[in-house]
Amino acid sequence: MALNTVFFYLFGGLAVVASLLVIGQRNPIYSVLLLIASFAALSGLYILLDSPFAAVTQMIVYAGAIMVLFLFVVMLLNVPREDAAEWDRSHPLNKPGARRLGTALSVFVLVEFLWAVWHMAGRFGMPLKDTSAGSVSSVAAIGRSIFTDYAFPFEATSILILAAMVGAVVLARREQE
Amino acid sequence: MPAIDPVVVVQIVLVVVVFHALLLSAAGMVWAERKVAARLQQRFGPTMAGPAGLLQPFADVLKLLFKEELRPKASDAVLFYIAPVISVGTAFLAFCVVPFGPPTTFFGLLKEPIPLYVADVNVAMLVVFAIASMGVYGIVLAGWSSNSKYSLLGGLRSSAQMISYELCYGMALASVLLVANSLSLKDVVEAQAGAWHLFGIPILPRWFVFVQPVGFFIFMTAGIAETNRAPFDFPEAEQELVAGYHTEYSSMTFAMFFLAEYVNMVTVSAVATNLFLGGWFLPPLPVWLGFVWWFAKLSVLLFFYLWIRWTLPRYRYDQLMQFGWKFLLPLSVVNLLVTAAGVLYFGS
Amino acid sequence: MGGVTLTHYLVLSALLFAIGTAGVFLRRNVITILLSIEIMLNAVNLTFVAAGRQFASVDGQVIVFFVMTVAAAEAAVGLALVIALFRHRESLNPEAFTSLKW
Repeated sequence: MALNTVFFYLFGGLAVVASLLVIGQRNPIYSVLLLIASFAALSGLYILLDSPFAAVTQMIVYAGAIMVLFLFVVMLLNVPREDAAEWDRSHPLNKPGARRLGTALSVFVLVEFLWAVWHMAGRFGMPLKDTSAGSVSSVAAIGRSIFTDYAFPFEATSILILAAMVGAVVLARREQE
Repeated sequence: MPAIDPVVVVQIVLVVVVFHALLLSAAGMVWAERKVAARLQQRFGPTMAGPAGLLQPFADVLKLLFKEELRPKASDAVLFYIAPVISVGTAFLAFCVVPFGPPTTFFGLLKEPIPLYVADVNVAMLVVFAIASMGVYGIVLAGWSSNSKYSLLGGLRSSAQMISYELCYGMALASVLLVANSLSLKDVVEAQAGAWHLFGIPILPRWFVFVQPVGFFIFMTAGIAETNRAPFDFPEAEQELVAGYHTEYSSMTFAMFFLAEYVNMVTVSAVATNLFLGGWFLPPLPVWLGFVWWFAKLSVLLFFYLWIRWTLPRYRYDQLMQFGWKFLLPLSVVNLLVTAAGVLYFGS
Repeated sequence: MGGVTLTHYLVLSALLFAIGTAGVFLRRNVITILLSIEIMLNAVNLTFVAAGRQFASVDGQVIVFFVMTVAAAEAAVGLALVIALFRHRESLNPEAFTSLKW
């Protein structure tokens, strides 16, 4: 499946580069737009993983709703660009002791990570295209599972959303004099 | 020379044909809008450019091409040019999953029938919805990047309107999903084949508009609001806001927003044709001419769009939002509940 | 190089999670911190979907559905908090809200 491999590296690379730019560059509107690009790349990865429902829901919910909310807030608050000199001066983690400790820790994490990857590399191969009755990609199967096995989390989530809606409205309201 | 897979060739041809058909349909809509508006206002409309003014859209495009391309100095260059690209891109992209005819062999020219859609995805309805939600970004970025008050207000209002009506749009889709039992647009159309019979005579085609009249009304209303057409076009109202989010755009970038609006109208009408009006089925008439019937229904819906624009007065912005949240949304929820009860009871 | 295995997806997911965490530590703007949290949640979603595909179970996508819902609720409340904080201090730097620190 050479095409699958090409698409995996393409989408994966796009997701990583976009995420790096989200945290790396200073204009907050560009950060939001780059995060949308990262979500689109992840959506492509979900399609490669035979999960069209997750892919489409990612675009509808994350890229189409949550990011619109972020964009509105950034625009209405007129968020300023971060100042690089200010960051160098005032960041609490920008001291020599913290830098040395941070470098040591990240080297340690990197070594452990590479060891884990090398140790596990041969173990998991992707199953063949004919997974059992296409059970992974059927939206009907997902619906059935949500309403039977996961019925309680589903109801709890709906209460959570209701609480979040009410909470967001109350928190962002101007104080009544 | 390695053999080229005919499937790939067919795909590429379909993509090219659909793309150009959409461009032509946008041009046709420009002409139709001017003519229908004129006739509704008891005048003639364009008659000079070509017979019956048919070359008017091409004249318009040429004029727009020769205009000066301006960008306000204080605007954000990257976002200013990306916004129309996003608008046009999402408008065209949504048509990938819309089928426009039964599998056809083009009068025996081909050995086997080819299906008339670019891609048959088994979650096609959700894909259309997802791409519609991405269309908001074109408008909101256009409003923001122009860095001018009219544009910003127009852009924010327009995007708030679009995301409000997306909910009703989605619920209307969900009620069709309940009746058709599948998210794939091709399956939904094929579920509408045939007709209901009374004493052995077919009287009514099995279209979902007869099963879900309220759903059809909600879908078309939400569609008109999504595409920012009158009576919901306050954000781009000429009299109120100069021109809303595309105030600062000129020449080809303005043409791109224009194009995006018309192609969005065509897409919403095409999806409505497939979901509610039976797609390419017109019961007593033969199915192999399916594309002609599909196109006829599409034209009826597009005429309906134009008719409404030039007949009804415009909603004020707060009236528009109230209509969406306080009337259309509860109505669509009730419609969904009633549909679910009906499906459970009648077991279809 | 052989095909793409589960390990590739897990590596990608870990990388994205690390980028998100770095963003939370390094950025001095509450909105960008919230964006980095969203990156982390997405990395976890990728792991779930990949594992679901690997073990041919629909549970992966179901859990992703719930994670997305919770992320939406969290983003809404988080942004409402940001708006309320901004109204109070006119600043989006987390350092401006340290009045409870010893």
